[in-house]
Amino acid sequence: MKPRHKRLAAIVAGLALIVIAAALVLNAFRGNVVFFFSPSEVAAKAVPADSTFRMGGLVEEGSLKRGADGLTVQFMVTDTAQRIPVVYSGILPDLFKEGKGVVAQGRLGPDGVFRASQVLAKHDENYMPPEAAHALSKAEAEKAAQSVVVPAAGSR
Amino acid sequence: MAIDWFRFGSPQAFFPVAGKMVPWFAFLAVAFALPGLYLGFFVAPTDATQGESYRIIFIHVPAAWMSMFLYLVMAGWAGLGLVLNTRLSGMMASAIAPTGAMFTFVALWSGALWGKPTWGTWWVWDARLTSELILLFLYLGFIALKAAFADPQRADRAGAILALLGAVNVPIIYFSVQWWNTLHQGASVSLTRAPSMAATMLAAMLLMALAAWMYSIAVALARVRSIILERERDMAWVRMSAGT
Repeated sequence: MKPRHKRLAAIVAGLALIVIAAALVLNAFRGNVVFFFSPSEVAAKAVPADSTFRMGGLVEEGSLKRGADGLTVQFMVTDTAQRIPVVYSGILPDLFKEGKGVVAQGRLGPDGVFRASQVLAKHDENYMPPEAAHALSKAEAEKAAQSVVVPAAGSR
Repeated sequence: MAIDWFRFGSPQAFFPVAGKMVPWFAFLAVAFALPGLYLGFFVAPTDATQGESYRIIFIHVPAAWMSMFLYLVMAGWAGLGLVLNTRLSGMMASAIAPTGAMFTFVALWSGALWGKPTWGTWWVWDARLTSELILLFLYLGFIALKAAFADPQRADRAGAILALLGAVNVPIIYFSVQWWNTLHQGASVSLTRAPSMAATMLAAMLLMALAAWMYSIAVALARVRSIILERERDMAWVRMSAGT
């Protein structure tokens, strides 16, 4: 029994050390593992200057403008605190929509306009039938007037 | 408890038990997968934002769950083998590894097929995708490392250390979407809050996850039987049952 317990203790101690080491490394990487920066970080100049980076946020409602060539688009990316204008020329993913999540890769120009070379759509973890989504948005609109019960169908 | 669990720690005792369990788990896998696939592809409603492409979730999420869970089970067996010095533990870890690697590959591949129509890209180096790719390399490394030793006992010990080291990666995969900004969305189903999907979608996904569990158990048990025969080929009981 004794050597068995000794080996168990050694493994538990070893695992604990690995976990601590991993936690320290991950904590040190915390800032570098981000896939994208938020418009607030971009506005605060907390992003690498003169280099390509990704910016993520929501496409501001009513900000999408299409160019005359039909390929160039202009829109605002917002995190509800700050907004950064983005110019992109290319094909947008199917899920790209106003009010939805987006991650754009590119450079920030000196004029404060983000010139994207790639635009990706970021969707959320909610899955529901269209009727439920419709009911939810309707309920949200009515909520301003009075508190309504959201229909049970769909996500909770 | 009248059952002496340690008795099944011997490969000789476990071999016939595993053989009896394989068809049952194989049957259960089919019994869960058929209604799961039917619900997922014919009953579950179309998604409001993604349309039909979200249906990859019924393959992708069970595969991704199994890829992480099987690694923990594999590391658990490997660790048990280190502590107790039982032969069967290392064999179980070896038997689980290929299935885990397969599910990891399926999760990555189905994720790429899903990412193209929704995100607009097959692959990005975000924390979730990268850590899942590392998981695939850990599985392949575990298999390769074990194969590199001629002595199965040394192979078990070396493999166990790699498996335990790599186990740190599993919580990183799981929590990556919470800890960092990732392109990958957060979890739709977790233990701490209500799932954020419609009921039929959730039912189909859980059925498919159960099917993946049953399949994994059936395949791992069938594989461990071959490993037992291979490793114990010089033992009297194997020679006797083989009739040589």
